[in-house]
Amino acid sequence: MSHCRKRCKRQLTKVFRFFYRFLTGTLEKDSVEDDFELSTVCHRPEGLDKLQEQTKFTKKELQVLYRGFKNECPSGVVNEETFKTIYSKFFPQGDSGAYAHFLFEAFDTNKNGSVSFEDFVIGLSIILRGTINDRLNWAFNLYDLNKDGCITKEEMMDIMKSIYDMMGKYTYPCMQDEAPREHVESFFQKMDRNNDGVVTIDEFIESCQKDENIMQSMQLFDNVI
Amino acid sequence: MAAGVAAWLPFARAAAIGWMPVANCPMPIAPRDHRKRHDELIILNVSGRRFQTWRTTLDRYPDTLLGSSEKQFFYDEETKEYFFDRDPDSFRSILNFYRTGKLHYPRYECISAYDEELTFFGIIPEIIGDCCYEEYKDRKRENAERLQDDQDDNKDCKLPNMTYRETMWRAFENPHTSTMALVFYYVTGFFIAISVLTNVIETVPCGATPSQKDMPCGERYTIAFFCMDTACVLIFTVEYLMRLFAAPSRYQFMRSVMSIIDVVAIFPYYIGLVMTDNEDVSGAFVTLRVFRVFRIFKFSRHSQGLRILGYTLKSCASELGFLLFSLTMAIIIFATVMFYAEKGSSSTKFTSIPASFWYTIVTMTTLGYGDMVPKTIAGKIFGSICSLSGVLVIALPVPVIVSNFSRIYHQNQRADKRRAQKVQKARLARIRIAQTGSSCTGFLQSKRNDLLNELLELTGSEEEEQQLNKGMSLLESQHHHLLHCLEKTTAHEFVDEQLYEQNCLETTIQSYTSRSPSFSSQDGPIGTCCTRRGKMNSPLPNSSLPLQPSHQQGSLQELSALHIQCGDKLPHTTSRSSLNMKTDDVGLINCKGSHITTAIISIPTAPSDTTDGGAPSINTTASSNVIKVSAL
Repeated sequence: MSHCRKRCKRQLTKVFRFFYRFLTGTLEKDSVEDDFELSTVCHRPEGLDKLQEQTKFTKKELQVLYRGFKNECPSGVVNEETFKTIYSKFFPQGDSGAYAHFLFEAFDTNKNGSVSFEDFVIGLSIILRGTINDRLNWAFNLYDLNKDGCITKEEMMDIMKSIYDMMGKYTYPCMQDEAPREHVESFFQKMDRNNDGVVTIDEFIESCQKDENIMQSMQLFDNVI
Repeated sequence: MAAGVAAWLPFARAAAIGWMPVANCPMPIAPRDHRKRHDELIILNVSGRRFQTWRTTLDRYPDTLLGSSEKQFFYDEETKEYFFDRDPDSFRSILNFYRTGKLHYPRYECISAYDEELTFFGIIPEIIGDCCYEEYKDRKRENAERLQDDQDDNKDCKLPNMTYRETMWRAFENPHTSTMALVFYYVTGFFIAISVLTNVIETVPCGATPSQKDMPCGERYTIAFFCMDTACVLIFTVEYLMRLFAAPSRYQFMRSVMSIIDVVAIFPYYIGLVMTDNEDVSGAFVTLRVFRVFRIFKFSRHSQGLRILGYTLKSCASELGFLLFSLTMAIIIFATVMFYAEKGSSSTKFTSIPASFWYTIVTMTTLGYGDMVPKTIAGKIFGSICSLSGVLVIALPVPVIVSNFSRIYHQNQRADKRRAQKVQKARLARIRIAQTGSSCTGFLQSKRNDLLNELLELTGSEEEEQQLNKGMSLLESQHHHLLHCLEKTTAHEFVDEQLYEQNCLETTIQSYTSRSPSFSSQDGPIGTCCTRRGKMNSPLPNSSLPLQPSHQQGSLQELSALHIQCGDKLPHTTSRSSLNMKTDDVGLINCKGSHITTAIISIPTAPSDTTDGGAPSINTTASSNVIKVSAL
């Protein structure tokens, strides 16, 4: 009974308050408080010299890289959305969101949801200026989505799908749905030595070193910058 | 390519490391930057004001003046700077476009001067950012209208060789063209006025004679009024018939509002002529005379303001409709309430709800005649609420109508707004095409160009690497290389929409029947890409298409295979010298040297191969001596 009464009272006060506001013309409070929290976090990279030690880029190269970086991200950090937007501009026909997500995870070494210039340039230094083994390590890190040291078929499937998604719809020959799966199968056939269903880092590096094509492609990165 | 993120291209290319281990074919060779320029500052001297920027900033947009080699024309050797004799203030926004990728339109700038600057520097105005685009378009439209108005004034020159009918029509529509037209215009106006006046005076009581009571002038001076009426109607009829004759499209004219008004104005007279004698219908005939008042509307041909008023009411139809609807609702509500409130009182005028409508309308429009008033207290309370709400309900839509009228009076923008909307859609479509087109069709275009280059090389000339990159900036070639790598990784090619649809049709029709046994028996390091290439070429043996590399919209075969009629010698030379095929390398894609994008594949119709020992890759059909060149 008292519960009922309490509810009635509450309703009544609400009605009364409504009429009061109606009669006196008080405006409604803004129901949504504007939270003025600074959504843009400014980040300054470490000094040029320090970066030069950490990476294998020359000063001029770092300067060029930073200017490009800052142009696109004036706040100094890239969040995943910006990352995806930038990457999608290079692949207009397909959907590069998934692959960009994996890249972001690979670049964001300290897992704080944003890529600072240091992360960016360290990652680039490994890919562009590292040894072939470094590059293979980095690629393995990219594929290993949960960072447990081995690539499972599911992880590889995700990666493969994301690469195929970048092609888009208009391809020749027409994109079949099983194309990624077949590709994953052939990849595992090549890489998985002991046929245990996962590819470890050693198997990966070993198989890549044996493959002429892969070795040759890895050398492409020597003169990107 | 999205030049705004050109600086991130190295990153995008580095990110391709994820594709390398999964690719089954080797990657194409990257374009090299021979001119290994370090990024340098260049000075742009615009009428004395020096701007400095990096060279790569300007290179972002290679199809503008500053981004292309066109700026070399403005290079000054002595001062080592680029001199432009243009307005430095406008140049600021143009340079900012290169820096930020967004073009802004400064408000203080004159629209035509700005347009000229944009045209000079080769920038299309469509890429003005959304923040400034509306303003830009509005200013442009205003300017165009102003120019249009100036032009219209000079347009009324008489065209030679107009037929008599056309002259008449022009005279009717635009009385200022000749004096005859002006005279006609004023005469008709005068007669309209006379007609309206007679209609009015007809009903005025004209002074009592001793014999009869007061009667209206119309009945007293019947003959005179009848003569006046006849004269007016005659003039109107003649005018109508002349307009009908002169109209370029008679059907259109007869449907127009003005002609309907004309007809309605003169019809009652004729009907009256026909049935004067019959007493029964003379009552109806009298009613028809009411239509004579429509003659007043004929004045709208003479008055611009009247036409605009009519146009406004037409355009505000929705607001008027809303006004009417809300009033009706309110009337019904209040009439009901008043009826029931006054039911109790005696000798009340509120006999029924429809009878209360009159009271409600009079009260809501704040007229208050006073012929019906509520007597009970409840009735008075509700009556006051009724009058208060009436003010509100009427007052709300009226300013909208007023503003509409003033808006239409100053400029007619209906047509302009519709045109602007179409332009907006077209603009967005243009931008989309330019952005996607420049990247992907640019890429597809360059693939075809590569094909052409390879063919030229085959026929004997030494290939140069510059040929491949002719006309393409380094950024573009790097971007294309990136897309190539993706194609290789996934063993699919980018095609544009038409070819894709064609291909889908073809795959359902064709079946890969004529596959060479040697292909199928091969195993080893053939990736899926290589066998797919084989599949692709097998259905094409009998089609011999001419060499048309520039044919953009060919069939699928043209994209992938071009035939060359060649003599017997050529197969040998092509198979040996320019290809360097290893016998066990069934990778039909040659990745050595600069032949990165082509392969020579011919259909092995004969199982035996004469030139290369084991590799069934080169074969010529004895019948036609055709070599097929296919890309990738």
